[in-house]
Amino acid sequence: MAKDQIKYVTAPKVEDTRKKYCRFKKNGIKYIDYKDANFLLKFINDQGKLLPRRLTGTSLKFQRKVAQAVKRARHIGILPYVTDSLK
Amino acid sequence: MQQYETLIVLTPLLSEETAKEAIAKYRGILTANGAEIINEDSWGLKKLAYPIQKKTTGYYHLTEFKAPGELINKLEIEYRRDERIMRFLTVALDKHAIAYSEKKRSGAFNQKKEAKSQTEEVAG
Repeated sequence: MAKDQIKYVTAPKVEDTRKKYCRFKKNGIKYIDYKDANFLLKFINDQGKLLPRRLTGTSLKFQRKVAQAVKRARHIGILPYVTDSLK
Repeated sequence: MQQYETLIVLTPLLSEETAKEAIAKYRGILTANGAEIINEDSWGLKKLAYPIQKKTTGYYHLTEFKAPGELINKLEIEYRRDERIMRFLTVALDKHAIAYSEKKRSGAFNQKKEAKSQTEEVAG
C-alpha cells in the first residue's frame, strides 16, 4: 500500500529494453520513396516533425535519406510542414 | 542519358481537359527535345496537406523519363512560366530508385508492402 504512494522527484528513467534496429538494413530497403506518404508517416511525430534516430533506431545513412524524402514530400504538399494532430 | 522523375501539381480550378492539355504540352516539350518518356501516372485531384496559393486540393501528375541533363533546366523554366502549375519537383533517379520504380510498376510491390508491414507487426 505505502509502496504506491512513493513519489519520485524526477521521473524514473524507464529503459526501453527492446533492441533497436535499422529497419532499412533489416528489410533490405534501398530506396525511400518521397511520394509514399503513409510510409513516411512512421518517421514523423504527430506535429509533423522528423523523429530522431535514437527513437526510430535507423542508421545515419538511411536517416539522411528519410529526412530528404520527408522534405521533398513536404514541398509537394503530401506531408504538412507543421500540424497539431497528424495521426 | 540520365533518368529523371518529375511531379507537377496543377491548380484544381482548371477543368479536366485544360489539365490534360497542360500535361500534353509538357509531354510535347520532353519528346521534342529528345527525351524518352518511360512512365506517366496522374493521381488526379488530391487533398494538399497545407493550402498552396489559397487552394486545398491539387491535380498531381508524375512523369518518369530519360533525358540529357541540360533539358531539365529548360523544362523547369517552362514550369515557372506556366501559372497553371502550383508546384513542381524534378528528381534524378539513381539505380536503387530505378529498380524501385520498375518493381512498383510491375506490381511486385503489393505483396512486398504487405510482407514488409507483416515484419513490422512481428517486430513492432
